[in-house]
Formats: sequence, structure tokens, C-alpha cells
Amino acid sequence: MSDNEALLAYVTRLGDNALILSQRMIEVVAQYPELEEELANANFALDYIGQARLFYSLAAKLEGKDRNEDDFAFLRDGHEYRNVLLLEQPNGHFGDMMAREFLFESFYLLQLEALQQCDAPGVAEIAARAVKEIRYHLRHVSQWVVRLGDGTEESHARMQQAIDDHWQFTGELFAADDIDTAFTEQYSGPNLELIRDQWHDNVAAVLNEATLTKPADEWMAAGGKQGRHSEYLGFLLAEMQHLQRSHPGATW
Amino acid sequence: MSVTRAQVLEWLSHVPDPEIPVLSIMDLGIVRDVVVNGTVVVALTPTYTGCPATEVIEQSVIDALHDQGIADVSIDRVLSPPWTTDWISAAGREKLREYGIAPPVAGASKREMLQGDRAIACPRCRSIETSLVSEFGSTACKASYKCTACLEPFEYFKCI
Repeated sequence: MSDNEALLAYVTRLGDNALILSQRMIEVVAQYPELEEELANANFALDYIGQARLFYSLAAKLEGKDRNEDDFAFLRDGHEYRNVLLLEQPNGHFGDMMAREFLFESFYLLQLEALQQCDAPGVAEIAARAVKEIRYHLRHVSQWVVRLGDGTEESHARMQQAIDDHWQFTGELFAADDIDTAFTEQYSGPNLELIRDQWHDNVAAVLNEATLTKPADEWMAAGGKQGRHSEYLGFLLAEMQHLQRSHPGATW
Repeated sequence: MSVTRAQVLEWLSHVPDPEIPVLSIMDLGIVRDVVVNGTVVVALTPTYTGCPATEVIEQSVIDALHDQGIADVSIDRVLSPPWTTDWISAAGREKLREYGIAPPVAGASKREMLQGDRAIACPRCRSIETSLVSEFGSTACKASYKCTACLEPFEYFKCI
């Protein structure tokens, strides 16, 4: 794999993670029962769209095929998406969403902190910008995990179930494939083993405060990073891409 | 072209931020550079990656310079170093306060500021007897507070 291929693939994954999570969050915009969380969700989704745009614009430049950020978002099929499976799972209830964001952002923050130091052209700058936003998100969702976990009997049980249900998707975050390895070697990228240890420590601390039990690492789902997705991604893309697929090039 | 860099910067000091129009883009600290060399290139940095005002600001800059007779204007988006609230000028902070928005605490880029307790002074009566109503406000960059001394609600420009 050439340097540029690994870099392009890696940056595309970063953009896909950001976009797919933002699309899931956007699905519940204007459905929150109270204003503060409504704004939090919408603002966080907007941060992710902003990050996706930066990563896709960089990917388009690296690719050099005259595609732009919109082409990456709207004109690729499911098998071309490289987001982790965790992020395409359906929203479920609020506790499920908090579990998903908590588990992912506990990883993404560490990934971005490491990427700030990497040598890949353009990546460190985006990471330095994004890391401030994700630090803020993680603080917020961690508070919800604690509040619901250490809440009522009902909220505790549902938060525990949400963590348990999403745990099987966390292994993929740390499973280095040839793209991760090439990127890390060529550009002093993140050390996923180191990040996994830190992630376990950080997640355990919040779960402990939340009086929740940290699940054991058993069977882990994988494939999203290689383009093998669950059925849910197709439905998500069908909705997100509908307009550009039906009316190519439409603008307003 | 006889225009100077200083002249362009002066014109840009009249371009308002679309979400907080009391601030100019110079006050906000998002103009990173101006290069005058036959054409005018204005280097801008976004506040938040997803800030919906980014495109509006870029167009405002182009329009403002077109109005001054500068036809050839381009925008260079720069990300590094990332913008923090520390880039807001002293004059900008005072304008925010007068407008009723509590300015961000200086030294905001420190990680502790995001996680530690903060004493936010009321922009009207300057009391620090204030309480957080919501971490999230009308735009991504603001939180909602109320003053327990003068009872006025106000917005606080969050530190990032």
C-alpha cells in the first residue's frame, strides 16, 4: 500500500465516522422533550458535520479525482463507507444514544489527541480543531451515563442494558488492520494498543461512578472499517442521500 | 492596485459576525492574515468546525471588499493554530459585555477551564452570584446563565 493510499483510506474513515454519527443524531432533532438536550444534540451533530466536511475535503484533495466533500457524502454506496459498526446502530432510546456516544467518544478523543501529533499532511490541524469539541461532548455524555446509571432502578437497568448491547461493537475501534498499521507507521499515528488500555481505564472510571458494571470483552463484531456493514447503514444512507440521488447536483 | 494591507484590515473591522453582530470579524479574531499582491487573499479560520456562519462570513468579506472596488478577492481557510476564545480581542470582550453577553474567561484554551468550576460575572451588574441554566444556548458557542443578584438572564460565550 502506498503512503497516499493509506492516508486517503484513513482520512475517509475519520470522515465516515463523523458523518454517520451526525446523521443518527440528526434523526432525533426536534424530538427532544426539553430544550437543553435538544440544543446539545443538535449542536453536537453540527460539530460532527463540520468535522466530516473537513475530513472529506482533505480526502478529496488527496484522491485528486475532482470529487468534493458532497460527492463523498452523497454519492458513495454502503460498501464504500468505512465507519465503525457502532455508529450506524439504530438510535434506540436516549440511554442507548448516550451509551453509543460515550463508548465512541471515549475512543475518538484519544484518537484525536494522538492525531494532533501525527505527521500526516492536513490531519493534525483538523484533529487539533476537533479535539476541543469532542472533549466537551464527552464531558456531557459522561454526565448522562452517570446520572442514568446512578439514578432510579429503571434508569439504572436500562443504562446497563444499553452499555451491554453496545459493548460488542467496541472491539472494532481497536482492531488494527493494514490501513491502521500503515498509517501509524508512515505518519506516527495513534498506537491503538495504547489507546485501548487508556480507553478501558477511562470507561471503567465513568461506569464505576455510574454504579454500572463494565461488561467483559467477549465476541466482538467487526467489518465496518472494511466496508462490511450491518443492514442499518443502507436505510440510513437511503434517507441521507435521497435528494442528491433523485436530483443529482441539486442546490438551493 | 494601490490598496494597502492596513486599508483592507480597516475595512474588515467593519464586517460583522452574523450571529453576534456587535462583534466584527477582527474583534472575534478569525482573520488570520491578509495578503495584498495584485489580488487580495484573506485567511480566515472557523470558530467551530460546524459553525453555520462560516460561509456567510466568507461571503461578507468578499462583498465588503467588492464594495470597496476590490474585484479579485479570495478566501483561504486555515485551521492551524485552531481558534480559541482567547483570540477574541480586549475590545471585543468589552463589546460583548456591553451587548449583554458575558465574555469568555481569558486563558480559556486550558483544559481545566472546560471541566472546573467557573465564576462568570453578570454582564449587567457585574455580580459573580450567577448560576448556570443550560450549557447549551441559542448558538453552539453560548451557554445560558442567570444572575442571582439582579435576576437577569444572560448568555455566556463559552470557552473553547
